[in-house]
Amino acid sequence: MKLAILGMGAVGRGILEVLDGKELGLTVTGLADSKSGLMDRDGIHIEEVLAAKRERGFCGDKYISATDIVEQADYDVLVEVTPTDARTGEPATGFIKAAIGRGKHVVTSNKGPVALHHAVLQSMARKHGVAFRYEATVGGAIPIMHTLEHGLAGNRVLAVFGILNGTCNFILTRMAAENLTYDQALLEAREMGYAEADPTYDVKGIDAAIKLVILSNTIWKRNVKLDDVGITGIDMLTTDALRLAEEQHCTIRLIAEAVPERGILRVAPRVLPKNHPLVVDGSLNAITLETDMAGEITLIGKGAGSRETASAIIGDVLFIREMHVRGH
Amino acid sequence: MQVSMKLEMKDTPGQLVAALKPISEVGGNIIAVIHQRDEKTNGDVLAVQIVLELQEQKLGELLSLIKGQGVNVVRIGKERLLYKQTVIMIGHIMHTDLGDTVERIDCTGYAEVTELTLVMPAISEPSSARLVIRAVNREDMEQALGILRGIAKEKQLLIIEPLEETG
Repeated sequence: MKLAILGMGAVGRGILEVLDGKELGLTVTGLADSKSGLMDRDGIHIEEVLAAKRERGFCGDKYISATDIVEQADYDVLVEVTPTDARTGEPATGFIKAAIGRGKHVVTSNKGPVALHHAVLQSMARKHGVAFRYEATVGGAIPIMHTLEHGLAGNRVLAVFGILNGTCNFILTRMAAENLTYDQALLEAREMGYAEADPTYDVKGIDAAIKLVILSNTIWKRNVKLDDVGITGIDMLTTDALRLAEEQHCTIRLIAEAVPERGILRVAPRVLPKNHPLVVDGSLNAITLETDMAGEITLIGKGAGSRETASAIIGDVLFIREMHVRGH
Repeated sequence: MQVSMKLEMKDTPGQLVAALKPISEVGGNIIAVIHQRDEKTNGDVLAVQIVLELQEQKLGELLSLIKGQGVNVVRIGKERLLYKQTVIMIGHIMHTDLGDTVERIDCTGYAEVTELTLVMPAISEPSSARLVIRAVNREDMEQALGILRGIAKEKQLLIIEPLEETG
């Protein structure tokens, strides 16, 4: 099966490295980064492209753009892994629509388009008889979307609780374990590469809220928006607060919570017992689903990382091959 | 009079209903049935706390009826506020009239702040407090937390609520 990949950041490179190292029967026929693009119907030589990117900072021909790849390359699945713009969802949404319009399947790790235009993109995909999948947008390597759609098919999901931001979880874990102040723990998160130079999106709870919107719209299809989520971040937390929780065998975690029947849609730091299944350490993510038949299910896994995100992307791609593409 | 009891029974369908049935048989009135998941019990034992209203002379009869259902009465008491939650607060807690904050929960009649631990670092730095709130039942607790949310907004305090799942 032929893939066109847009984006050569950590996620894009992670996918290419996996494709280079594993025999998955996937060929990359189109590739673009922010500065250049290349296409080859017979398959791009991945090792060469990765080396080129490393050495000169771009992957292909500067006269070929991502749009050219989307519109002209010969591929079955567009793998859209460009950076997220949570406000506009662009240019990713444009790429996704163009690919679906050409009758191509789309797999993305990009939260912007899914959080903003889930219903539109899904119905467009349905109309064109293609798949639009976004496992990598929530929970990193955790197969939450597959679990919801297939593993728990027929269940009614009553509530979702999740630790959806690894940066916040890392900071809270370190504050509790080492008595660090918030600023010290944030600094450490930066040094470890868990936090961006500008950590606002993570620590203010916005990233977790965007993921909660994606989860909610996937499960309940009510078209909720980021503005509908009550958001409190972790940047005001004190070491004392964590110690006070600790004294009662509890701790504090940033929890994303959706319970439609009670009108709850929020992200906020919460007190919970240390032996609660959602209390995971470091940069891990965890998601609990409450369902009518299966009861409670909790999934725990790595919430970020290029290889982990590649796992989610590849899972979507191979699922599409299984379901839709014949003769490959 | 109001009585609280802790009951333990087999965690099988119908057991809870069977345990509660004698209460109406002796003319009692159930005020609250509380099942908090952090209660430590053996795997197949269900522990619930109940608060009920009944005539004092009926208590003996009720206890033997409950035991007759194969339910173990672990404890009997008179405390009314059995539902307990811990909330953490951060901000200028003292300077925004802590007494008033507590009073606005206590004056409800259905919830009380029963413990308060306050940590005050250097002046002008935010302090942190742990409040243990007790309420009659889950609905009243939700009401009390709602009041606290309002206070937090008004006094610019951050409140960290307990996570309570629906199940």
